[in-house]
Amino acid sequence: MATASVERLIGKSIKRREDPRFITGRGSYVDDIKLPGATWAAFVRSPHAHARIRSIDTAAARKHPGVVAVYTGQDMTGVNSLPCGWDLRKEKNIPGVVQDLAMVPHMPLTADVARHVGDPVAVVIADSQAAAADAAEKVKVDWEVLTAVTSTERAAAGDAPQLHAGAPGNVAFRWEIGDGVATDAAFKSAPVTVKRRIVNQRLVANAMEPRACAARFDPATGELTLWVTSQNPHVHRLLMCAFVLGIPEHKVRVISPDVGGGFGSKIFLYNEEVVCSWASRQLQRPVRWTATRREAYLTDAHGRDHVTDAEIALSREGKILGLRVKTTANLGAYLSTFAPAVPTFLYGTLLNGVYAIGAIHCQVTGVFSNTTAVDAYRGAGRPEACYVLERIVEAGARALGMDVAELRKRNFIPKFADGFQTLVAVAYDSGDYGVALDKLLGMFDYKGFRAEQAAARQQGRLLGIGFSTYIEACSIAPSKVVGALGAGAGLYESGKVRVHPTGMVTVYTGSHSHGQGHETTFAQLVADELGLPVEQVEVVHGDTGAIPFGMGTYGSRSASVGGTALHMSVGKIKEKGKKIAAHLLEASPSDIEYVNGQFQVKGFPSKAVPFGAVSLTAYVPHNYPEGLEPGLEETSFYDPSNFCFPFGAHACVVEVDRETGQVKILKYLAVDDVGNVINPMIVDGMVHGGIAQGVGQALWEGAVYDDASGQLVTGSLMDYAVPKADMLPMYETERTVTPTPVNPLGVKGAGETGTIAATPAVVNAVVDALAPLGVDHIETMPLTAERVWTIMQTAKAAT
Amino acid sequence: MKLPVTMTINGQSYSHEVEPRLLLVHHIRETVGLTGTHVGCDTSQCGACTILMNGQAVKACTLFAVQADGAQITTIEGMAKNGELHPIQQGFWEKHGLQCGFCTPGMIMAAAQMLERYPRPTEEQIRHQLEGNLCRCTGYHNIVKAIQWAAEHMAAGK
Ligand code: FES
Ligand code: FES
Repeated sequence: MATASVERLIGKSIKRREDPRFITGRGSYVDDIKLPGATWAAFVRSPHAHARIRSIDTAAARKHPGVVAVYTGQDMTGVNSLPCGWDLRKEKNIPGVVQDLAMVPHMPLTADVARHVGDPVAVVIADSQAAAADAAEKVKVDWEVLTAVTSTERAAAGDAPQLHAGAPGNVAFRWEIGDGVATDAAFKSAPVTVKRRIVNQRLVANAMEPRACAARFDPATGELTLWVTSQNPHVHRLLMCAFVLGIPEHKVRVISPDVGGGFGSKIFLYNEEVVCSWASRQLQRPVRWTATRREAYLTDAHGRDHVTDAEIALSREGKILGLRVKTTANLGAYLSTFAPAVPTFLYGTLLNGVYAIGAIHCQVTGVFSNTTAVDAYRGAGRPEACYVLERIVEAGARALGMDVAELRKRNFIPKFADGFQTLVAVAYDSGDYGVALDKLLGMFDYKGFRAEQAAARQQGRLLGIGFSTYIEACSIAPSKVVGALGAGAGLYESGKVRVHPTGMVTVYTGSHSHGQGHETTFAQLVADELGLPVEQVEVVHGDTGAIPFGMGTYGSRSASVGGTALHMSVGKIKEKGKKIAAHLLEASPSDIEYVNGQFQVKGFPSKAVPFGAVSLTAYVPHNYPEGLEPGLEETSFYDPSNFCFPFGAHACVVEVDRETGQVKILKYLAVDDVGNVINPMIVDGMVHGGIAQGVGQALWEGAVYDDASGQLVTGSLMDYAVPKADMLPMYETERTVTPTPVNPLGVKGAGETGTIAATPAVVNAVVDALAPLGVDHIETMPLTAERVWTIMQTAKAAT
Repeated sequence: MKLPVTMTINGQSYSHEVEPRLLLVHHIRETVGLTGTHVGCDTSQCGACTILMNGQAVKACTLFAVQADGAQITTIEGMAKNGELHPIQQGFWEKHGLQCGFCTPGMIMAAAQMLERYPRPTEEQIRHQLEGNLCRCTGYHNIVKAIQWAAEHMAAGK
């Protein structure tokens, strides 16, 4: 029988319950799953960035031993384009649309033109992975190579080669937010204005587990099961059934088992999953595929890739009077699932930052280019916004000769507890921005550092400090709001709580962990609310066959949106439990309260029935309230009323080597406010990982295309610098806690804060370090030793 | 043409006929069926495939199965003994040294050799020794702590 626990679990760093399987090698990732009779798919991909397919000769491949089938795009009749789930069109009244989104087709296997290196044109399916790979090399494609464009700045130039008939000039959309007239006026009268070009380079998510899928069609039942590396299995199922393959949703089960990281890249519906699912139905055999790392670089949606001209208008006292931003966002060759949302509503709406700004205007042009599609990568739009703002704010401070921390303090929005309307559509939930920076400045001796820096400069050493006081929007998202902005989906979450007769509990969440520790956090939440030991609660996720519905995990939404859905179901369980207990105690339900794992008459702990007795009664309803349904299981769908807005202050201290340009991080400090915290250990871990990715962008990472050939030059882990252990410091992290009024748990979201905050803090620090050389701006990341060395040489030459 | 290979993995002997081009990591995962050893790249960078071969930490993706003929191999599945976690495994659990878990087996195997070489490693040594193992989730902070925890407990246990 169940036992009761009175210890509060929320706020405790309990060890992760999923870890025993991972640390013993018993995790179950997609590639680990064995399917008898499985065939393997190998994709034939374009080696060219832009090329017309004249013909495809598959005869030799078909004859290769072990080959079961070879398909090209022409064979996939009746299969539709991969859908883009975000619309930007005037006729839909989407705010800010200047030029409608060009909804260009994206076929699972392209049949006419390949538009980026890695674009799949055929698939070989064979008895073994090796046979499929060998035979794929025998597929002969007669290519007519076309000129390609990969550069963000050149993609929409008049002479650039055209990618899609439906997108003249390679323009995907034009969009704006804010008040152009007010901003122009602010700039006209401002005593100080600073304009900077700020490039946010293209990144690759590089989840350590490559994408994989295994599709098994069962001809006897007509059911298709798809195991796939997905952050959101229900979204995969819905998009695939309703839009691409036209197969019945209730006959498809999508299972996303253990997932080895995602960072956004596993949100989207990809070609390979669709092709394997379709082929499994054709062949009536399981078809599977696991990406090589090289394929991952060429096909996982990339992130960022903005070129921005930003201007800030300031008073002499350092008040921010205006902000003007013009951004070109490279979307790659096709529209990935949520691509149009990232450089628009997830970007422009965050440009108000944590500051009271006079006026803001932001214009964005989305462009197509012969590159891998770009979509959400950890932070998705919000890091880009934060980067622009935090860089231009420090540029403004330098222009005024004002301390960068002081300028921020003069502009913080004052503390508020329930709502601040920004100039860029969104209304913040709760915030106390000055406190976060004060706490950060209390973690080290800032004045002392400035003295040390001055002394170091005397000796010719280059020390620098950079800050970032960021905001992000998470708990994505209120369905009505995003619907009005062009989303094709609702962004609620489901949570089901099933109490078993013995009082054991299984919770089903539509969120899906790919490293976030949901099996711990959600068990902790539900066990806490029910006053049960955490061992009595088990979490199920990642399976459309088990979960009611779910929108998945991204946008730091799981604890706040998914957690609240579970909280609501727990509430319903308690209400029903009170009725059962009242009956057993011969009291009125309104006189029953739930305390410490038992239902009791208010104020009389001795007149009580334990949780386990109530659950047993619910399933053995002999002595039971009249008219009440047996069973104890509740489902809720929670749709948030607003986003949540975590914030914080980060600082980075660097030293730049004068001779080599090498940047060394001496200190990394972070204060994050993510609202209430369920498991501090897990939240800290996410903050660490986020910082590492943000630092990675600042210093080492970047997806580089050769503009002449359109080849991805950084197409392997040998060429793309994923940070290693010896490149990163220990992080000093602290928190302030400003609960959100948006949800009853008061939690905001923690998955992306580090990534958003870290990049500008590091780059600002390097600019500060190089100040004695006359450097007052750096346009392009990453700040590799070579780039910094070049900047130093250029600066020297200029003086 | 297939070649015979025999190797001892986690104390158990396995004999198979394999293609000469079969990588050791695929042999372990596919032929033998121990899927705790992972494949994260194709250029020998990530270290997700790290195992111990004759006492040395090696990347199982950089060897052919036939090269391991006669070898003594330990994979992540062989680290816990009699249901007791190895102190390194315990350290990763205690210090939250993993998130998605994909890099973890390789990290633990790399740490096993590291702690043999440097029973009380400094932070710098740990970071340097992990040079061949990538983690995208943790930012390494807690991996360092996990290995420090293991070093302390292994020293105390001696
Ligand atoms: S699989 Fe990446 S190093 Fe072996
Ligand atoms: S825990 Fe995910 S890659 Fe290391």
